[in-house]
Amino acid sequence: MEELIKKIEQDAEKKIAEIKDNKELQELKVKILGKKSELSESLKKLKDVSQEERPKMGALVNSVREKLENKIKEMEKKFEEKELEQKLSKEAIDVTLPSKKVRRGSEHPLNRVIEEIEDLFTSMGYDVVEGPELETDEFCFERLNLPKGHPARDMQDSFYITDKYLLRTQTSSVQARTMVANEEKTPIRIITLGKTYRREDDATHSHQFNQIEGLVIDRKETKISLADLKGTLEVFMRKMLGEKTELRFRPSYFPFTEPSYEVDVTCFKCGGKGCPLCKQTGWIEVLGSGMVHPNVLKMNGYDPDKFAGFAFGTGIDRLAMFKYGITDMRYLYTNDIKFLNQFDRMDK
Amino acid sequence: MKLSLNFVKDYIDLSDELTVHQIAEDMTRSGNEYDSEGPLVSGTNLVIGKVLTCENHPDSDHLHVCTVDVGTEVLNIVCGAPNVKKGQKVIVAKVGAELPDGTIKKGMIRGQESNGMICALYEIGIDKKFLSEEDKNGIHVLPEDAPVGKDPVKYMKLDDEVIDFDLTANRGDLLSILGMAYELGAIYDKKVKNVDISHKESGEDINKSFKVNVNTPNCYTFLARRVENVEIKESPDFIKNRLIACGVRPINNVVDISNYVMLELGQPLHFYDGDKLNGVLEVRQAEKGEKLKTLDEQERILDESDLVISNGKEAIGLAGVMGGLSTEVESDTKNIIIESAIFDSVMVRKTSKKILRSESSNRFEKGIDPNRTFMAIERACHLLEKYAGGTVIKGRCEYNKSDLKDRVITINYSAINDLLGTVIPKEEVLNVFRKLGFTSKDNGNSAEVTVPRRRLDIGIPEDLIEEVSRIYGVDNIEGKLPIVPMKRGSRNNTLREIRRKMVNLGLNETLTYVLINEKEVHKYTTDDFEELRLLDPMTEERNVLRYSLIPSLVKTYEYNKAHYNKDVSIFEIGKGFFKKGEEYGENTKLCALMTGRYFDSLGNDQKVDFYVIKGVAEEILDYLGYNGRYSFVKPKNEIKEFHPYQTAEISVNNNVCGIVGKLHPNETKDDIYVLEINLDKLLAKKTGKMSFKEISKFPAVNKDLALVVDKEVSACDLENEIKKAGGKLFLGSKIFDVYEGEKLGKNKKSIAISLSFGDMNKTLTDDEVNEAISKIVERLEKSLKAELRK
Repeated sequence: MEELIKKIEQDAEKKIAEIKDNKELQELKVKILGKKSELSESLKKLKDVSQEERPKMGALVNSVREKLENKIKEMEKKFEEKELEQKLSKEAIDVTLPSKKVRRGSEHPLNRVIEEIEDLFTSMGYDVVEGPELETDEFCFERLNLPKGHPARDMQDSFYITDKYLLRTQTSSVQARTMVANEEKTPIRIITLGKTYRREDDATHSHQFNQIEGLVIDRKETKISLADLKGTLEVFMRKMLGEKTELRFRPSYFPFTEPSYEVDVTCFKCGGKGCPLCKQTGWIEVLGSGMVHPNVLKMNGYDPDKFAGFAFGTGIDRLAMFKYGITDMRYLYTNDIKFLNQFDRMDK
Repeated sequence: MKLSLNFVKDYIDLSDELTVHQIAEDMTRSGNEYDSEGPLVSGTNLVIGKVLTCENHPDSDHLHVCTVDVGTEVLNIVCGAPNVKKGQKVIVAKVGAELPDGTIKKGMIRGQESNGMICALYEIGIDKKFLSEEDKNGIHVLPEDAPVGKDPVKYMKLDDEVIDFDLTANRGDLLSILGMAYELGAIYDKKVKNVDISHKESGEDINKSFKVNVNTPNCYTFLARRVENVEIKESPDFIKNRLIACGVRPINNVVDISNYVMLELGQPLHFYDGDKLNGVLEVRQAEKGEKLKTLDEQERILDESDLVISNGKEAIGLAGVMGGLSTEVESDTKNIIIESAIFDSVMVRKTSKKILRSESSNRFEKGIDPNRTFMAIERACHLLEKYAGGTVIKGRCEYNKSDLKDRVITINYSAINDLLGTVIPKEEVLNVFRKLGFTSKDNGNSAEVTVPRRRLDIGIPEDLIEEVSRIYGVDNIEGKLPIVPMKRGSRNNTLREIRRKMVNLGLNETLTYVLINEKEVHKYTTDDFEELRLLDPMTEERNVLRYSLIPSLVKTYEYNKAHYNKDVSIFEIGKGFFKKGEEYGENTKLCALMTGRYFDSLGNDQKVDFYVIKGVAEEILDYLGYNGRYSFVKPKNEIKEFHPYQTAEISVNNNVCGIVGKLHPNETKDDIYVLEINLDKLLAKKTGKMSFKEISKFPAVNKDLALVVDKEVSACDLENEIKKAGGKLFLGSKIFDVYEGEKLGKNKKSIAISLSFGDMNKTLTDDEVNEAISKIVERLEKSLKAELRK
């Protein structure tokens, strides 16, 4: 009996090993383990076995059955995997083909710089305020200590619409508006940014350009000083042009500030050694600044005996050009998609 | 203003160790920028030579072959100048010389050896405009006595150095050598020397035979003197050279002296031929239409805003701007009337802007110290006596309304340190004033400072604080940050958020010009407004302010198309300007233009169409919180630049805020879609805060309907009706197909729509859903004559 079972097992194992696919395997499964299989038939022969041997033989048959079942299961799994693999391989794609996507947009580089400046100054407690681009002569000039006929008006040849209205030549108009609106009630700490317009167009000037203007006014006890202005502009310029940037203050003249200073920064191209960009001087002029002129305070409702402060302004177009290495001002306003697309990513 | 170092050294001792570059840099640090600095004659390696022989070049009809003794050797030089001759003393540039046009090299010129160059003055760096006719056309011939082998630049007294300053508008005092001397004196702590105004005088007092009448409030000082028997000739070298160094062309000794004094003292003078006047000079406003022939032989037509000098009958000069031709000093002039005056700066500025900006008008515009008016006329007498052999006539005609006194300003030391953020001791402050040539009196906590009249720019204590910072040195002030209460800066984020959203929707942000052409300004809109026109445009191409941003973006599209960019989706937020009645205003607008591919998908590209740009509009409106409050409706008035059947107005709360549509084929052959929203109008409509709504735990039921309606019925009408009939279980609807076909019948279409129903507290039964649907269908049958498609 025992030999018979062993033989059945051996025959079955041999057959299983020769199986090629799942279909054959299923047929074989019935043959080996089915009701009419030799193994099942062999159980009938148990009755011929002695009483003592019977349980032993029964256990043997069961163990062989279990063994064969596991073998078949193993084979089944193997065939399934093979089939799946075949199916998947037919779904192979070229992962390097172009992706499907909506166009990628981009922010204009000037607005990126504007946002960077806004974020810097709001972090220092400055409010960002706005003013009209269509401005009155009063706010653009007169309230800034630039009466009619003043020679400094020549520096800002203007686009007038009427005797009264013009396109603002400088964001400084917002200084006057802010002071008038605040009426001495609160200290002022603002920046304002936006488009400005002057009657000039050449390789380095566009008739439309962008400025940022800062204004800090506080009671005299707070002692807002030139040193504060210097420190503030150092923070500003180093953020925009790099931590190694050095500043040079040169006394100058603006009607709205007294004392007034022009500010140079170390040339970002050569680092101050001298190159064609800085005309071999190592310095590039970027900012106008100064302590708010007492007349400007007075004309806009702040008592110059009680209040003092500083103001500064600079062109954003040039900052953007410096920052991104843009070689020609005209790129900023012709809006070539090939230019715009270069500003479509996160910037450190 | 060009500063000649030789000239200024008449009035101040500058250390020989100071280079011109150092002086320029030091001046810059104290507030006076410069454009350039360097020697007046830039050529190097120059030597005086004597032409020993001069033969015609064997192979040329204009070249000469010369031998030139330069002291140390005899050089063979080929020279092309027509005026070179044997025996002349000449300027020789030796091999290695750096000239403005290049370096001199050893060479062969048509087979003849040439070891240097015989130079014209313009070849060594003197601008042709300063030269005589001979010097413009040939080499410069030196006098007989010129020492061979020596430096010709030194010999000609052209060994000067020049700094070209770009001065600020307030420093009129620096438009003079004397003013520059004071400034350098403050920087280097040197005393300024006196100006020599001494001269003899004789004859009968001018006041007996000559009158000055000032008949306008715009002349503050007017002085006149008479100098007789001047001899007109060439100026001495030092005068000519200094004029050249300062950028003024020498003419003759008399004219040169008037310019010399102007450069030296900053007071423009005018010399009249005394014999062409008839005993009077009058200052008055011009009459409207009055004519005057000026020195440049041009006839000028004047009006009441011009200030003129007259001979009592007619205008003979434009005050402060240019003299008249009729009283000009000429080569045979004998007797001179000198005018030294101050005219109103604004008036001179207006006239000069119209006619000519001159060295003279520039100085009047910036303001003049009246003390200099007096000093300058005497200085001119001194020089005319010395260099033109003139006899100065006794007396001076005087009209003076100017204040000659110095200004006294009191300043607290603490005010200086508070404003500068410094701790400068008072001794140092007083020292600065002394260096500047200001006298000061220390009153303990404050100083009483007397500011000389020449410093017209100083009027208030803050001006003195600037002087302290200038001379003390801004570099010595340490930067710090203001000590103020901490707060978070505020800003309006809305526009930034809209821009971000547009970028995320795949559009490139542009920045275009606000100024456009008048032909464009009323396009793409039927709004009623008056365009804003520039009084004085730079070009006619840009003569008005835009109302809509669409013309700007269309131009940007055209530019890109011409530069081979086909897929253009761009946007911009900017201002549009208008006048309505008496109101001048500006609106912030969002504009987008889309064309070409929008979705990029290997063979399945999605091109922009109306629904793409409408989607962009909806994204923005939804993002801003207007969901459910807007609709797209057919424009009330047809806008001729838009496609009549693919354009919609964007209406928010039944108020038109924008437009979206395709451009009319008459405008462009390309499929261009644009969107413009008036953000001021839109954002004026308040939106609620973003807040959470409970989500139902029970599933929603979706049912699809196909409805046949007339073609004219819009999707919007259909959905509105469904909403009205939906009842409280209705959650929403979504159209998923539209079909037109013959089977449906003429003028019919079928709209397939998915309706969704639900309840917060239970799963709906079929009966409940069916009941809701039948109510909807019933309403649609009634109001839209819709039929369920079988």
